[in-house]
Amino acid sequence: MPEDNEDIREVIFGALRAALPQARPLSDETHIIEDLGLDSVAVMDFVMEIEDRLDISVPLDQIAEVETLGDLVATVQRLKAAR
Amino acid sequence: MALFDKYAALAEQYRRLEEAGANPFNVPFDEVLSPTEAVIAGRRTLLLGTNNYLGLTYDPAVIEAARQATRALGTGTTGSRIANGSYGGHARLERALAAFYDRAHGMVFSTGYQANLGIISALAGKNDHLLLDADSHASIYDGARLGHAQVIRFRHNSPEDLASRLRRLRHEPGDKIIVVEGIYSMLGDTAPLREFAAVKREYGAYLVVDEAHSLGVLGETGRGLAEQAGVEPDVDFIVGTFSKSLAGVGGFCVTDIAGAEILRVVSRPYMFTASLPPGVIAAAEAALHELRMRPALRQRLNENAVRLYRGLERLGFELGPEPSPVVSAIMPSPDAAFGFWAALLKAGLYTNVSLPPATPGGLALLRSSVSAAHSPAQIDHAIGLFAELGRAQGLLPSRAALAVK
Ligand SMILES: Cc1ncc(COP(=O)(O)O)c(C=O)c1O
Repeated sequence: MPEDNEDIREVIFGALRAALPQARPLSDETHIIEDLGLDSVAVMDFVMEIEDRLDISVPLDQIAEVETLGDLVATVQRLKAAR
Repeated sequence: MALFDKYAALAEQYRRLEEAGANPFNVPFDEVLSPTEAVIAGRRTLLLGTNNYLGLTYDPAVIEAARQATRALGTGTTGSRIANGSYGGHARLERALAAFYDRAHGMVFSTGYQANLGIISALAGKNDHLLLDADSHASIYDGARLGHAQVIRFRHNSPEDLASRLRRLRHEPGDKIIVVEGIYSMLGDTAPLREFAAVKREYGAYLVVDEAHSLGVLGETGRGLAEQAGVEPDVDFIVGTFSKSLAGVGGFCVTDIAGAEILRVVSRPYMFTASLPPGVIAAAEAALHELRMRPALRQRLNENAVRLYRGLERLGFELGPEPSPVVSAIMPSPDAAFGFWAALLKAGLYTNVSLPPATPGGLALLRSSVSAAHSPAQIDHAIGLFAELGRAQGLLPSRAALAVK
């Protein structure tokens, strides 16, 4: 089970690469909706993957506040640390 | 930047549909002739997409009840239950619903949408957890957003996935409330309710079932999927609507949970909107009576559902996983769905287009719904149009191609 912050970033980026129809450059600054063209349901589906890979719960209101991949990494790190 | 610039991409799509003269989201119904026919853009059209499951919209007893109540009590209540009071009809309908479901409490809302908003937002408080099926209707998601609980999604119709998410939450304080639907409105599939009920018991959670599309459709007496699956004691709250099988408008919730009366002063979508007019209430009560007294309607509906499903399946359309009054054909793209929908309408058949994010799995759907009021000949006529236009649109192999196989 990935525990440190770099691992968490890798899990998130990896899950996203698998979810995207075509390869795109990904960084902490990438906007999940605008840059990647994912709709709200696709984002929630992808977060469900992350929940499973990291064994955490990510409530929807926290996803709503996420704009960039960096935001998502930070949110997930915080949730993982709080466990 | 203009106010609506944020919707620019969507506005462009909408404009293109309007320009093509075929916008499935803004269809002019010039006249409605019966539960199964209307005049649309000047053309007599067979209705195969109006969720009028029992065909009760023109039922003489229902119309007469609405007429009498309107004459006696007026066209509207002009306010909410907490401000302008409860009319006899409101209380009577709530008792009738509670009696139908054999539950202690019944509560009526002004729409089915508001029933979900009002129940889901009020049941789950700040430290509680809502667990929603990923394919839940917009009203369930919106109800979750209106409340203050932590909201978690689980994979559609997967009791194992629900269990693993509840397991993750097992040390968290607060109540766990699971929300599922009877029949899902997009693909017409049903929830594995027995298995969900077992998970609910194992984790000590509460279970809410939205029977919007299954009331009057499933179950020995038409109560819905919970009745059909034999798990009614495990379902803590049933939510539903009057707008489909009951041919009117309004929503409801029934429960046996003690103290549920408090919802009347904590559920904002119940408190801060006008109550249903007497005519609407009387019509819903009369339609519920018809639903109970005429099980033959349910049988006809389900025969029609199977007839359409098998017919389209035989033609080679890819459909939802099981026959139900909602029959959706999976289209290769949104444009294919728009094109097929427009061709069917032009040929005198009204259906629906459903697109992501409202649909599961990013699917574009050509959605139909059948009614007990359809004759077998009308269903066959619809299947014939699906065949002819499906081939013309390249959605089905052409006759020539079939012949050489
Ligand atoms: C599953 C589900 N729940 C609730 C609703 C809302 O019901 P209403 O249209 O009566 O507000 C609908 C349909 O619109 C629905 O499909």
